[in-house]
Amino acid sequence: MNETMKAENPVLPYLRQDRLPHIWCPGCGIGSTVNCFARALTESKLDLDKVAIVSGIGCTGRVAGYMNLDSFHTTHGRAIPFATGLKLGNPSLKVVVYSGDGDLFAIGGNHFVHAARRNMDLTVICINNGTYGMTGGQVAPTTPLGATQTTMPYGNFEPSFNLPFLAEACGAVYVSRWTVFHVRQLIRSMREGLAKRGFSFIEILAPCPTLYSRRNKLGDGVDQVKYYKERSTIKDGADTREVGLTFQGDIVVGKFVDRERPTWLDAMTRHYTSVINDYQGVGHAED
Amino acid sequence: MKADPKGVLTGIHFIDGDHAACEGALAAGCRFIAGYPITPSTEVVERFAQRIPHIGGIFIQMEDEIASSIAIQGAMWAGKKVMTVTSGPGLSLMMEHIGLAAFTEVPCVFVDVQRGGPSTGLPTLPAQADMMQVKWGSHGDYEIIALSPNSPQESFDLMIKAFNLSETFRVPVFFMMDEVVGHMVERVAIPEASKIEITERRWSKKKPGEYKPYEAGPDMVPDLVKAGDGHRIHITGLTHDERGYPALNAAAQKKLVERLLNKIRLRKDELVDVRQDGVEGAEVVVVSFGITSRVAQAAVEEARRKGVKVGHLRLVICWPFPAALIAELSERVKAFVVPELNMGQMVLEVERAVLGRAAVVSIPHPGGTVHEPQVILDKILAASGKGAPAPQRAVR
Repeated sequence: MNETMKAENPVLPYLRQDRLPHIWCPGCGIGSTVNCFARALTESKLDLDKVAIVSGIGCTGRVAGYMNLDSFHTTHGRAIPFATGLKLGNPSLKVVVYSGDGDLFAIGGNHFVHAARRNMDLTVICINNGTYGMTGGQVAPTTPLGATQTTMPYGNFEPSFNLPFLAEACGAVYVSRWTVFHVRQLIRSMREGLAKRGFSFIEILAPCPTLYSRRNKLGDGVDQVKYYKERSTIKDGADTREVGLTFQGDIVVGKFVDRERPTWLDAMTRHYTSVINDYQGVGHAED
Repeated sequence: MKADPKGVLTGIHFIDGDHAACEGALAAGCRFIAGYPITPSTEVVERFAQRIPHIGGIFIQMEDEIASSIAIQGAMWAGKKVMTVTSGPGLSLMMEHIGLAAFTEVPCVFVDVQRGGPSTGLPTLPAQADMMQVKWGSHGDYEIIALSPNSPQESFDLMIKAFNLSETFRVPVFFMMDEVVGHMVERVAIPEASKIEITERRWSKKKPGEYKPYEAGPDMVPDLVKAGDGHRIHITGLTHDERGYPALNAAAQKKLVERLLNKIRLRKDELVDVRQDGVEGAEVVVVSFGITSRVAQAAVEEARRKGVKVGHLRLVICWPFPAALIAELSERVKAFVVPELNMGQMVLEVERAVLGRAAVVSIPHPGGTVHEPQVILDKILAASGKGAPAPQRAVR
C-alpha cells in the first residue's frame, strides 16, 4: 500500500464519522457536493468552530447532520430564517445554509427572496436535483417542463424557476451555478461564496437517479453526470435571464454575479451610528 | 442574577399593556425580537424597535410569522434571550415552530395578544380563545407554560417571570394577553434593576467533546451551550438521542417525549401561580384569568354584598393547569363559575379536575368585548342557590 492510500481521507475530519453511513442513494449527487464543501472549508482556512451549517428538510436537508460543525436541521423551508437569527445573534459566525431546491424555493421561497433582498450575510448552497427525493419523486418548482414526476405523471406542464435569475433579481451579491461534474470549479465557488460578505448563492445541479433519472428513463447517476459534462458550457458573467434550464437541454454554468452591496447588519450599523447618538450595537460580546 | 440596568426603565410610567410587555422583556434580558406586524400586538415590537438600539441588541421585522418564530430560535442558539410577538392568525402560522422549540428545548417567549377569531375575526377587539391552541396547537405531544396578565403592571412583572421560567425549564413560554390588556393604559411601576431577579441561562460547564446537548440530570432539563463555542453541536427536529443525533425508533421516541412531558408534569407544583381572594370558606368559586378576572371581580364583590360566600381564583399561570388545587377545592365548594372570552376552553380543565364533585358553570363569550358583570353575577347567585336556577349550557 502506498503512502497516499494509507493516509486518511482528507474529508473525514469534516464529517461526523459516528453518523456514517449516510442515507443517500448510490449515484446521488449530494455526497459529491459535501466532498467539495469540505475541501472548500479547508482552503478557506476558516476557524471551523465559527462556522455553522443550517439545513431544512429533505435529502439535502440531511447534510447539516453529517458535517462536524455546529449544525442545525430545522423545519421544512425555514433554514434561511433560522440562519438569519443565528447570524444576527452572533455576527462573528460564518453561517451556511445547505438545502434542496424544493425546500429553498417552494415552501421556503419567500424567505429566500427576502434574505437576498436584505443582503443577509449568508452563504446559501442549493442542491438542485429537480425533484422531491425524500418523499418519492414529486414535481418541484425546479422540475424542467416535460419531465415526469409522481405528481406530474403525464409530464410537467408548470414552468420552472431559473434560480440564478431569481437570486440576482432579489439582490444576491454572489451567484453561481455548477454541476457535480464541475468539482474543481465548485470548490472554488464555494470558497468564494464563503469569503463573500453578503448573500451568496450557489446552485448545484445534482442527479437523483432513484427518483428523477429512473422515472424519466435517463439511466443512472453516471449517465446524468455524463449529460452534465456534455451539455454544460462555462460562461462566467452570463446574463442570468439566459440561463434557464430545460429538460436534458444545454446548461450554462459559471459565476454569474459578483458585486458589492451593504449587508443588512452593515446597513443597520452604518445607519444607526449616524442617526442615534448612543447607539449600542447588536449586543454581542464578539462584535 | 440581577437585571442588566441597561434594559430597565426604572420609574413610574403611564403606558399600555403592549408597551409594558416590551419593557418587561427588556428588563428580563431579551435582546432579540423577530416579529411581524399584527393587530393588536404590534405596539410591542414597535417599542422594541425604538428602544433596542439604545440598549444593544437586534430587532428584525421578518417576512412573516413563520420566519419570526424560527429566527428567534436561531438567535437563541447564538446565545440571545429571545421573543416573538403576535396575535391569532400569526399564532396559527407559528404552530410548527412551537413544536420545534418544545422538541429542541429552546427557551423563548411567544406573546399572543388575543383577538376575536377564528380566521381574521375581530382584529381590534378582545378574546381569550387561543388558550387551547397554545396548549395543543402543534402536532405531537409536548408541554408548554402559559401566563395570563390582567393589567399593564402585570404585563411588565409577569413577562420577567415568563423569561425566567423559559430558562428554568427550557420550554417555549406563552404570554397570553388580550386586546384590552394590550391597549389599556395604566400606571406601571418599574423597579430598579437591582430589585429584579433574572434567571440566567443554564450554561454547561462541560468542555467540547464532553458535552451532549440532550443529556439531562435529575431535573430533566439539559444544560445549554451556544454555537461558535467549539462544541460542534447538532440540533434536529427529528427524534434525537442525548447527542442530538437523529434516532428514529420507538425507544428513542419514548425516552425523549416522556422526558419533555415529565419535566413539566412532574414539576407542576412549582408552576402553580394563582391569586386567591376569599376562596377559603367559599361556597362558590369563580375561576378566571386575564381581563375577564377584572370583570369577574366586580361580580364577586356584588355577590358578597348580597350575602353569597364567593371566592375568586385567578389563574396567573394557566398552563400547566393547577388541577390538584381545583380538585382539592372541589371537595369543599358547591360550584365553580368559569367566565372566559371564548366558548368554553379552560372550563374543560376545571371540569376535568372537579370530576363531578361540584357543579361547574361555564360562562362562555364569543369575544369582541368583555362580559357584562351582571351575567357573571347572575350565575354566581344561581350557583349559590340565591338566584334563578342556572340553565343548562346551550353551547358546548
